[in-house]
Amino acid sequence: MEVSEILNKLTWKLGGQAGFGIMSAGLVFSRTLSRHGLHVFDTTEHPSLIRGGHNTYFVRAEDEPVYSQIWPLDMLVALNKETIDLHKNELISGGCIIYDGDEIKIDQEGLGRQDIKLFPVSILKMAKDCGGTALMRNAAALGACMGVIEGDFNTFEQVFRDTYKKKGQEILDKNIEIAWKGFEYARNNYANQYDKKIQQIHGAPRRMLINGNTAICIGAIKAGLKFYAAYPMTPASSILHFLAGHEREFNIITKHTEDEIAAMNMIIGAGSAGVRSMVATSGGGFALMVEALSLAGMAEIPLVAVNVTRAGPSTGLPTRQEQSDLQFIMNSGHGEFPKIVVCPGDPEECFYETFRAFNLAEKYQLQVIILSDKYLADANLTYEKWDTSPLKIDRGKLLNKEDLDKMSGPLDYKAFEVTQDGVSPRALPGHPNSVHRRTGNEHDEHGVISEDKNNRLAQMDKRMRKLNGAEAELPEPILFGDSDADITIISWGSTKMPVRQAMKFMHDEGIKVNHLHILYALPFNTKKIKQILQGCKKTLLIEGNKTAQMGHLISAKTGIMPDHEYLKYNAEPFYPEEICDQVKKILNR
Amino acid sequence: MPSVADLTPKSKPTWCPGCGDFAILAAVKNAISQLGLQKHEVMIASGIGCSSKLPHWVDVNGFHSIHGRGLPIITGIKLANHKLHCMVTGGDGDGVGIGTNHFIHAMRRNLDITYIMHDNQIYGLTKGQTSPTSEKGMHTKSTPFGVIEIPINPIGLAIVSGATFVAQGYSGNIKHLTELVKQGMQHRGFAFINVLQPCVTFNHVNTFEFFDSRVYNLQEENYDTTNKANAIIKSEEWGERIPIGVFYETRRSTYADELPQLKDQALVDQDISNINVEHIMEYLY
Repeated sequence: MEVSEILNKLTWKLGGQAGFGIMSAGLVFSRTLSRHGLHVFDTTEHPSLIRGGHNTYFVRAEDEPVYSQIWPLDMLVALNKETIDLHKNELISGGCIIYDGDEIKIDQEGLGRQDIKLFPVSILKMAKDCGGTALMRNAAALGACMGVIEGDFNTFEQVFRDTYKKKGQEILDKNIEIAWKGFEYARNNYANQYDKKIQQIHGAPRRMLINGNTAICIGAIKAGLKFYAAYPMTPASSILHFLAGHEREFNIITKHTEDEIAAMNMIIGAGSAGVRSMVATSGGGFALMVEALSLAGMAEIPLVAVNVTRAGPSTGLPTRQEQSDLQFIMNSGHGEFPKIVVCPGDPEECFYETFRAFNLAEKYQLQVIILSDKYLADANLTYEKWDTSPLKIDRGKLLNKEDLDKMSGPLDYKAFEVTQDGVSPRALPGHPNSVHRRTGNEHDEHGVISEDKNNRLAQMDKRMRKLNGAEAELPEPILFGDSDADITIISWGSTKMPVRQAMKFMHDEGIKVNHLHILYALPFNTKKIKQILQGCKKTLLIEGNKTAQMGHLISAKTGIMPDHEYLKYNAEPFYPEEICDQVKKILNR
Repeated sequence: MPSVADLTPKSKPTWCPGCGDFAILAAVKNAISQLGLQKHEVMIASGIGCSSKLPHWVDVNGFHSIHGRGLPIITGIKLANHKLHCMVTGGDGDGVGIGTNHFIHAMRRNLDITYIMHDNQIYGLTKGQTSPTSEKGMHTKSTPFGVIEIPINPIGLAIVSGATFVAQGYSGNIKHLTELVKQGMQHRGFAFINVLQPCVTFNHVNTFEFFDSRVYNLQEENYDTTNKANAIIKSEEWGERIPIGVFYETRRSTYADELPQLKDQALVDQDISNINVEHIMEYLY
């Protein structure tokens, strides 16, 4: 060995033209590192195209927890020349490029990077020599990566076989043969020139590799989702795909509807009939749903809606990141009605908060909106299997058959009964004593249209009271990190991931920083957040939009405007390094 | 079995005196009563418009939603609880104006529901504007110089879109309309009934007098309800003679029939108390 090794710490990027199989190859590599027992974060970048355009898959793996992507790149796998041109300067000194030397002719001088290593591998030729297709060169490229870092080929092979199970034995065998060629060639020729190594950690726990959208799906399934309707829209579509793939296994109906208007109205129908229902879309689709959302508010129909934000406005940058829908979602729907807006910050929160969302929706007979975004939707993190034992279904004041049997007749039942907590007993259609009507018009306790002023006040107040109960049972916002921090970072949603990563870096440098992650935008816990902010020495607001939408909410609710703000709207997620830079600038470090 | 009186709640219709909607309300109540359905077994959804207020005046389950969305609302209800007898009522603006997309797709799906479109060829609740079924040249508040477009043909649209029972009724003939609603509700699949329903306040062209002298019953002539091509041609008949009755009827599996998820139990009856997701988490290893 010519170089001293750095063990189990690697950043890796695969790049090429859309249509080259970047996404699935990247996932195989990511899972392979996860199954070595490492903590993994991965994220993708791609344009809104089926073919052509530049795609990348970034993977970061370490033997300690990781929370987000970082800038320094160790290993670049280039399936075309463009990848090298675009990303060579992300490589650290001593980093390497793996590429097809038969297709791409480069040298260090031409690249202007004398400090990086070039590892040409004849990946296309290896695929062809084994009788494979051009696409199978990805197997050779991945094999070569494994060879350079001297990872465990058997682990790689198992991941490959698990991931592509449906391709059939023959194709799998061929791919593995090709991958082995790449592995052997790179190990024999380049391994001794490269310092980053990956080794199987024995005794490491089994971990899932899961992104926000998949976590939402599993949370919803666990919560008893029975009806899901959606119209495809990036970056929400993978929720539709996942649920459609599992609909028969869990007796869920997934419906790809004629438009988003139909999707929202269908789940309102299904919710009113008593099944747990969900819709997911992105901003433009949500815009089409809000008239019906307002109906659900008035008719008190429980539902869960997911808005996976893309960079807007309009079509915007369909496959890219932004946190620009907060005010839109909070204010969605005409008129005033209670709703809950939750902004999970990582896949784990996506899972648990989605589960909770279904309980909240039914308990308070209102609409819960899960506000996610592209970055959270697609980024995979490793977690040990989530504990589902504390998760209990709570359907609130839902009357069962025995309750209804006791009533003397349907006039006994008031679907919109004015109660102390604002929540009326809920009966589903189908029982003789629960016959009732729901309407988008203002109505009396029986659901009969009413324009009486006193009734209006009573019903409006009753509906809005429901939020009090919901707020009381939600987790209180907390300060994460040093209690005597010199600066408090405020963020919401997916920005939690790079903030937590930045905090780890800063902690290692001795900078005292803590974090207020605002999980619930509605109901907004004014009292607690105000109390937290009043105790902070300095505050830095970080959010992915142009107009500081959360900043305005905080200021409107608490009268406190964060001292500093760092806003990003170039359609990429935050990097922890830039967060560290901002903090250091403020603290004069 | 509820009588028509049992199906009549305390609140009274707010329609104009003489409105064609009264006949449809009567036919719906007659049909439910004569079919022997219990109140709690029936669900009527609607959108917005004079006609869409109908669910408030039949004492069964109801969902009075928003403009044009009665069909997606009932779709969700039907898939959640396919044991309910599901019906949608709405106007021509609701059905073939703002809700046209849902109208076409609901028929393509062949859900087992009955859709009654109150076709008065005018917007009533918004006080007299043109509708998608207004005749070319009609003067209304929104078209003071006459409608330029030709009207939509709801019957023809239903036939080509995949409805499996397509009929036309007339508010001037409650007995016939009652039979059509009963047939529609008994039909397994999407039943579309277009009802010629004079608006006595805003449509001074397509009045009861207009229709009385023109409508004739297809079933009193030698008419084949299984001939699709002929039914489409028949749907174009509008002038001296206007056909009512069943235009087209066929059989096709319903949307719910093709869902194994509904084979044993309605969705709403399925137990959700302890769903195991361990194996999907395991699959992500």
